[in-house]
Amino acid sequence: MIVRLDSEKCQGHNRCYALAPELFDVDDLGQALVIGDGSVPLDLEDKARLAEANCPEFAITIDDAAG
Amino acid sequence: MTSTGDGHAQPAGIYGPVEDWANDIDHVDPAYNRRAPEIWAELRAAGCPVAHTDRYGGMWAPLTHELVREVAYDTERFTSRAVVVSTSTILAEAPIGGAPPITSDPPFHQLARRLLLPPFAPKQIEPWEAEVRVLCRQLLDAIGEVVPGETVIDAAVQYAQDIPVVVIARMLGFPLEDSELFRGFVHDALESVNVEPAVREAGFQRLDAYIDGQIADHVTTPRDDLTSYLLDVELDGQKLSPEHVRGSVVLLLIAGIDTTWSAIGSSLWHLAHHPEDRRRLVAEPELMPTAIEEFLRAYAPVTMARLVTKDHDFHGCSMKTDDWVLLPFPAANRDPELFDRADEVVIDRAENRHAAFGLGIHRCLGSNLARLELRVAVEEFLARFPEFELADPDAVVWSTGQIRGPRRLPVRIG
Ligand code: HEM
Ligand code: SF4
Repeated sequence: MIVRLDSEKCQGHNRCYALAPELFDVDDLGQALVIGDGSVPLDLEDKARLAEANCPEFAITIDDAAG
Repeated sequence: MTSTGDGHAQPAGIYGPVEDWANDIDHVDPAYNRRAPEIWAELRAAGCPVAHTDRYGGMWAPLTHELVREVAYDTERFTSRAVVVSTSTILAEAPIGGAPPITSDPPFHQLARRLLLPPFAPKQIEPWEAEVRVLCRQLLDAIGEVVPGETVIDAAVQYAQDIPVVVIARMLGFPLEDSELFRGFVHDALESVNVEPAVREAGFQRLDAYIDGQIADHVTTPRDDLTSYLLDVELDGQKLSPEHVRGSVVLLLIAGIDTTWSAIGSSLWHLAHHPEDRRRLVAEPELMPTAIEEFLRAYAPVTMARLVTKDHDFHGCSMKTDDWVLLPFPAANRDPELFDRADEVVIDRAENRHAAFGLGIHRCLGSNLARLELRVAVEEFLARFPEFELADPDAVVWSTGQIRGPRRLPVRIG
């Protein structure tokens, strides 16, 4: 599984960072970024899905096939 | 009728009660905030995705998540130059607007916003938790002796309303003893919207005069606070204009108070008459994060507004230049298209894409702080009073206008 973040859409609600700090970080302006290359370890797949489902701006996408 | 120079002919004074919410919606009618979720449900059932009224010179209210999102994202056809619907709007010069960045449009908006983002980023806000907790405990201590089953306290007046005022006063470096004054300013800006332009203007002049005094004090004696930060920060190699500094300080003072107070109050209101949720939250504190997001979804306190920039057709609605458009994020949050059991409060709801803090470029700058204050306020109230109930449901008084929350909330401590 790969998690991706569209930084054009992200407005820094920080839901992803709150729900899955292992996968997302925030910069000094509060904008989110994916940690590393976005590949999600098996035990964090649920957290990745939660982050996707809670992003108010639909900025996070999950690619199940990849990784 | 008087004209305020923004193209609207305005009837003075207060409009009468609403009889037809689809064709004559008015969020300032006290009935609106009292029963908003029912009104949205009725309008949805009647197949009305966009309500309208001729009041305020013409106003539209999209009610679905999709339509609210569309307006919020479309800064070309909908401007933020005025975000509070009023019969007496005074428009400041574009692109800065009266209170940057909330009254600014692109491209200036981004510049003004970037300046304020760093002090409100999560890692800057997290360290405030201990201080907010101490403040909540002090307010609870100040309530004094409580006789279980008898003592009635006002959770809005004695608790919720003071938390955001003190926090923002500390962040801005303003005297804490002025908090009563701040609440008056907030009232003038957000609730006194159906008054004569001169009255509204006088309110803003009082506010500006107060802020100018505080700014002057910070110019002479700089400190480690947000006001000094704004005086010091540079935009394109230049210090901010005095109007910009004042506008941003005004915004921070106004934007964080009523809103957070309302969110805390509504959450406690819910817990006061849903003992099953209250007991579950006390027994399973690990549910607090989802519960807080659910309170924000179901009782989102903030409806914003935009002005139409050009005549156009919006999904069959013929919108005219200078019409108002409400952005009822609270209604979007109860759209059954996006949420299962949209009108139920589900404190362990895992998937919650709510829009309480807005959508698009104006996303609430204070959202990290607001979430912190709300969570700590609920945690501390429950820790002190695990049992409480509404003393008299009819004695609960809701705010009027675009910020929705209980202003009187008498609860009996169990
Ligand atoms: C639960 C409490 C709060 C809620 C529900 C809330 C909600 C909102 C919403 C919906 C917007 C979007 C406005 C728009 O689209 O025009 C907004 C903007 C804003 N809020 Fe909040 N707010 C809260 C607390 C705070 C606090 C505590 C602060 C700061 C101390 C704050 C500062 C701001 C600022 C500066 C903006 C303007 C951002 C911009 O235009 O880029 N808010 N808020
Ligand atoms: S939840 Fe969405 S909008 Fe918010 S920071 Fe994460 S990606 Fe950005």
